[in-house]
Formats: sequence, C-alpha cells, structure tokens
Amino acid sequence: MLRKFVVTLFVLGGFILQCSVFPKLAFANIIPNLMIVLTSSFGFMRGEKEGLIIGFFCGLLSDIFFGGFLGFYALLLMYIGFLNGKFSRIFYPEDIKLPIALIITSDLSYGVICYILQFMLRSRFQFGYYFSHVILPEVLYTIVATMFLYPLILKVNGKLEDREKRRAQKFV
Amino acid sequence: MSPVIKRKGEKFTLPSKYLLLILTILCTLLMLITFGTDVFNRPLNTVVGYVVVPFQQGIAKVGGWLSSRSEELVQIRTLLDENARLKEEIARLTEENTLLQQDKYELNNLRALMDLSEQYGEYNKVGARIISRDSGNWYSTFIIDKGSDSGFAVDMNVIAGGGLVGRITSVGPNWARVTSIISDNNNVSGMTLSTEDNLMVTGDLRLMSENCITFSQLVDSQNLVAEGDKVVTSNISDKFLPNILIGYISAINKDSNNLTKSGLITPAVDFEHLEEVLVITDRKQTVEE
Repeated sequence: MLRKFVVTLFVLGGFILQCSVFPKLAFANIIPNLMIVLTSSFGFMRGEKEGLIIGFFCGLLSDIFFGGFLGFYALLLMYIGFLNGKFSRIFYPEDIKLPIALIITSDLSYGVICYILQFMLRSRFQFGYYFSHVILPEVLYTIVATMFLYPLILKVNGKLEDREKRRAQKFV
Repeated sequence: MSPVIKRKGEKFTLPSKYLLLILTILCTLLMLITFGTDVFNRPLNTVVGYVVVPFQQGIAKVGGWLSSRSEELVQIRTLLDENARLKEEIARLTEENTLLQQDKYELNNLRALMDLSEQYGEYNKVGARIISRDSGNWYSTFIIDKGSDSGFAVDMNVIAGGGLVGRITSVGPNWARVTSIISDNNNVSGMTLSTEDNLMVTGDLRLMSENCITFSQLVDSQNLVAEGDKVVTSNISDKFLPNILIGYISAINKDSNNLTKSGLITPAVDFEHLEEVLVITDRKQTVEE
C-alpha cells in the first residue's frame, strides 16, 4: 500500500516537475525526460510488471495533457518499462553502468520512435537534424537529470524493500 | 510470492505478459476511439484537472515570482537606456497620433455617410496564465489555468500582445491546452494585409528555436508582396477569427513550380517569454451542415 502511494507520488511529482519547472531550466529549448527515467528505473529495479504499469500511467498523463489522442505515449512507455523489466535479473544496486546504459537506450529508442511515427510519416525526412537537435540533446540532458533522480529512486526503493521484508518476516 | 503466505488461498496474480497484452489492446482501442471522437476527454480531463493542475498552478506562481525577481535585477540598467529611447518615441507617436485622430474623424464621418457598420467589432477576451509547458520536445503546446468553468471551449483563439498565439485544443474544468501556431503540427490559413493574398502558415520544429514559422502557397502573380509585410489570419479560415495579426514576412522565395511562393514569417508574439495570454471567447461562425 505504501509502495503504491510512494510510486504515485513519484509519477505525479515527476510529471509536474517536467512540465512546470524544467521548461524554465531548459537549455536550447530541450527538457529532460523524467518519465523515461522513472519508467525504466522502476522497470529494472522491480521487474516487468511494475515497469509496464508505471510506464502506462506516465504515458497516460502525457497523453491527457499534451497528446492529440489517448494511448500513444502510454503504449510506448509501457513497452519501454516492460523491456527494462527484463533486465531486473542482472541488476545490482551497487552497479551504476547498467542503469545508465538502459536509460540512454530507452530514451534514444523513445526519441527515434517518436520521430518515425510523428514526423517521418508527415514527410519530414531530415532525420539528421532531428537527431542532433532534439533526440541527442534530450538524451544528454536526461542523463544529467538521472544523476540526481536515480540515487533518490534507488534509496526510496531500498527503504521500501527493507520494510516489506520486515513485514513479511513478522507474519511467520 | 513467498512460500510463507502461499498456504491459504494464494492471491491471484496476472503474469506480466498477459497484462502487457491486455493493456496493449486497451491502448490500441483508446487510440482508435479517441482519434475521431472525444468521449473519454471529459471525465479524464476533469480528474487530472483536480489532481495535477493545482500543483502546476502553485509551481508556476513560485517560478514566476523568482524569475521576475531575477529579471528585475538584470533589467534595471537596460531600463534606464530604454526609458530615454521610449520618451523620444512617445514624442514621435503623439505627433503621429494627432494625425491619425484627424484621419479617424474623417473616416467616421465618411462611414456614417455610407452607413457602414464597424468592419469587425471588438472581440470578448478573457485573460489566463500559463502554468505548464509540453512535457516532450517535439511540439509547442502549453496549459493555461482556466477551462470550461470560465466558458472556454475547444477551437477558441488565443492571443497575446496583439498577435495570434494559437487555439485551444482540449479543455478540462480548470485548465485548457493551447496548441501554438509555431508547433510543428499546426497550420493556419493567413493572408497578407496589403494585398489580401491567401497563404498557408505552418509551424516547423526546425525553426522553433529561432522563433520563426514558415508560409507556403502564396499566389502573388504581380510580385507585390515584400519582406516586412503584415500577415493576418484570413477570413476563409474555419478555426481562426479574421484579421488577427500573425507576424511579418521575413524572407520570401519563389517555389520551383514558378506559381507559388513560400518563405519565413517572424511571429508578432514572443513565444519564449509568454506568461499571460488572452482567450477570445467568440468563436468563428461556422456553417451548419
């Protein structure tokens, strides 16, 4: 129950930060993608199921506020969360390389899929431009945001897991 | 599941691949349904309106206060300079104004003679504050802090500083989404003020950072349109009210078909530093089909 509450808080807080605070801190009109950081880190920390559910709700929020129609970002982020969940078996909290690599890959594929489905299909073919001016800066900025956000998520998740373990022991 | 609590009626859990499948189908259905209709918009917009928007309003208020304080410090020096310049301009404008007043007096007289009504009356406007911007980097949309409770509806035009900002594309009870004219997925039918030639104004992501938009399909067979000409919304647009200033032509090129022209427009609105906007609550008159 506490976990659900904390995760909801993370998703809402992340979304509000992303669209209210970060536009004021944007470099060259690019803002980091906190939704990807949340979705993929909960994915590889907690497994496929939690990843896909959190991805779904993160995406749905973006859809309601900024999407032309519902379901697009929800579907995209859901799959990203699910695929990140596949890596939960080889995830260790001490290791920082895997999370960074996964978040970079997730954000890159997110950007490329967004470009293909929303821009290339409207015959905007200058992939090089969009890659170097939107997708790549977003990835870089997202990594910077990850450096601050990820330790927080890791710590909170560790606390929650400790608590769940203790409660499970109590019932023996 | 731990083997300890497995004994008595294990809770039913859905394997994640089935959940993925179910949610995929749900998303696809949602996309198909909401692509054409907006049945889910009202309940969902209401719910998120009460959960998310109050926080966004709070943050926007704090952020606005902080940025205005920091701007104040920076601007004092430039303000002194600007003040001197503006005083000169006031003198010039006062002179111009008297001339225009005379013209207006004459015009009113002539209008009265011709018994013409005002060409277009003043539109009703309501002010609103921007509380958050697009969460992605692809489009340029933003959220304002008033919605259907203030009488806003989809397709109402939004202006700021005398120029066109965009139109409302989604409303909740206490928020509305505005898609700006510089957004990549937006088209406006415009016309040049001087020659009344129609053209199509299209937002472009590649020019968004330079605060520019493109235009195309300008038929200007007599080569009368020049750089610096005013572009306003045309009277044949079905979403935008006529004669709202869009911007000024900053570059003009002949297309390869030798019939039409295209080029760049500098918008009248500074989209980088928008804080407040005005929503025109009159809507374009449409023909009932």
